Amino acid sequence: MDNLINFLTAGILAATPLLFGVLGETLTEKSGNLNLGVEGMMFMGAIAGILGPYYYEKAGGTNPYLALVIALLCALLCAGLGALIFSVLTITLRANQNVTGLALTMFGTGFANYFGEAVGNSDPSGFLSVSTGVKGIFNNPIFPESLANLPVVGKLFFSHNFMVYLAVILALLLAYFLGHTRTGLNLRAVGESPATADAAGINVTLYKYLATCVGGAMTGLGGLYLSMNAAAGVGGAWVYNCVNGYGWLAVALVIFAVWNPKRALWCSLIFGGLACMRYYYPISFIPASIYDIVPYIVTAVVLVVVSLKHSRSNQPPESLGLSYFREER
Amino acid sequence: MTDKHQEPLIRLAKRSDLSRGKKWAIRLGAILLALVVGSLFIAVLGHNPIAVYRDLLSGAVGGPSATRATVRVAIPLLGAALAIAPAFKMKFWNIGAEGQIMVGAIAATYFALFWYDKLPKPVLLLVMALVSLIAGGIWGFLPAFCKAKWGTNETLFTLMLNYIALGIEAYLQNGPWKDPKGTGFPIIAMFDQNARLPKVGGIHIGWIVVLALTVGMFLYLRYSKHGYEITVVGESQRTARYAGMNVSKIIMRTMVLSGAIAGLMGFLVVSGADYTLNTGTSGGVGFTAIIVAWLAHLNPFAMVLIAGLLSILSKGSNTIQTNFKIPASAADVLSAIILFFMLGCEFFINYRLIFRTSKRNPAPAAHVPDEQNDPKKEDRDLG
Repeated sequence: MDNLINFLTAGILAATPLLFGVLGETLTEKSGNLNLGVEGMMFMGAIAGILGPYYYEKAGGTNPYLALVIALLCALLCAGLGALIFSVLTITLRANQNVTGLALTMFGTGFANYFGEAVGNSDPSGFLSVSTGVKGIFNNPIFPESLANLPVVGKLFFSHNFMVYLAVILALLLAYFLGHTRTGLNLRAVGESPATADAAGINVTLYKYLATCVGGAMTGLGGLYLSMNAAAGVGGAWVYNCVNGYGWLAVALVIFAVWNPKRALWCSLIFGGLACMRYYYPISFIPASIYDIVPYIVTAVVLVVVSLKHSRSNQPPESLGLSYFREER
Repeated sequence: MTDKHQEPLIRLAKRSDLSRGKKWAIRLGAILLALVVGSLFIAVLGHNPIAVYRDLLSGAVGGPSATRATVRVAIPLLGAALAIAPAFKMKFWNIGAEGQIMVGAIAATYFALFWYDKLPKPVLLLVMALVSLIAGGIWGFLPAFCKAKWGTNETLFTLMLNYIALGIEAYLQNGPWKDPKGTGFPIIAMFDQNARLPKVGGIHIGWIVVLALTVGMFLYLRYSKHGYEITVVGESQRTARYAGMNVSKIIMRTMVLSGAIAGLMGFLVVSGADYTLNTGTSGGVGFTAIIVAWLAHLNPFAMVLIAGLLSILSKGSNTIQTNFKIPASAADVLSAIILFFMLGCEFFINYRLIFRTSKRNPAPAAHVPDEQNDPKKEDRDLG
């Protein structure tokens, strides 16, 4: 029983960065833009989110709450900047979305590892890391210990850091936004049929830009989680290649969650669980290196299964991946 | 009301009249601009970009041994780009070359490790090449089959297969294929001389293979019936179906070919360059190859140049890492920036920007109307 609860708790933690990625990409894809650069944007969020507080502390700053705000802003802005590059190239300059997304992944990966290594080398310690205080503000549970000590539910629901709850709140907000607000419905119209939306007086270009950039910024929070909470087991330090495929898993999970933020919650939980299952339920006849790729095998299977059943509500946005040119209507 | 008929500040018009020379001039300009932007990343670390670029170049092509090393980098890159070309031409987004290279390498390694003393060298090498082709072909067939039958998203499927191939390699390296003579560290033994590719001109024979493949792929895409079918399917699957083509079959056939060529590159890497198999055998080549293929507009001959350019960046980045302590990831950053600019510059090749001439429209630009609703547009275009 204890093992199960520990496993589920670890699964929730592993699911959080995925959830940020899935939510951001869902928002992006709802506008009809298929941004395959999630991996790159997560990398950009990861490095900027740690560089911000690092330089803040180098400059003599000691307030961990301010460092937290700086980290969040840096991660959002830097990942959003990556999404902006994507937007300019695909929306304004009409480049192919697939290739632009791949280029963004390559750029973000290189960008993060470049600065991570360069700044780490220039630091006297040889590492890029933040102080224990900042680590604590990211990793300490936000609920009082008495709540976390409740049997079963305490550990499952009240023992996490604020990023976990932030991701869940974001999922609920996004679900509300897409389903119940006029702007959200307009956005979905843009993703389904930009020409119709355009004729109805919706500014298609503006919607696409905003959704892609805000969505990209959200995926950056997933990157921030990886560098601040998950890296090297304790967080708060730069680890080479720390995103390591999480962004790609997030893109696949968007399909699994059929572009639904609420479904994204448990879809990412399943994958978070799969990612850390081998530490809690080792199976003697499955070698570790094969157990490690179980999430990817399951993803491949899920992709096939999802494509097998064609229900009306499980379809991607109609114009996903296609650029919209008003002149070519 | 006069504002309603205001001409927008910038209008777009399609153009197809640009000469070949001008097109390439624009692209070259884009590369130069990309290098300028890339130099900002170098300058941020406090280095002189010109000195760094000079060392990068001399580290890659500054002498015979450096040049040979660069060519060794270029061989699998060009080969993988050639592998990707037919798939991309078909608009099948195969980003699984990385995994296809890996399974090809794994298959070849099996024979190198366990059959080296049972077969004569030419037979052994041929068998290794053959099994790498088959393994890569299977790895390409899986996503193609699912795509053709059920419309499974091929981008993500091929990507997942990359991780799966990597996992299989890690398993073999840590378990059954671990070098028994190794010092506890999980590595696969170096290949026997029998399983190593011969050299021609100081570089393993793979360079002849990929150059032959370049010509072959050019002819295949340009002049064969298959190549024509690939182009039609890429342009419009409906048209292809209407013309009586078996789209599913074309997709599967093309992806088997694509995967097989990538698999062959895995064989060239393990048997020609590394003489062993490890997790870094494909080392991002499958992804960089996508850039090569796209920058070359899927033209095999242009791929030779682009693969050369990116190999120079990649090899040279090792030199600047030694000389300036600039992280080798700089190669990724630079390649990606070049790709960004090349993607962006196509717009200026395909479209003409028409700026508003101010004397005809003195009214302030308070409202920018839809140009299609602008009744005066025709007149102005003529004038």
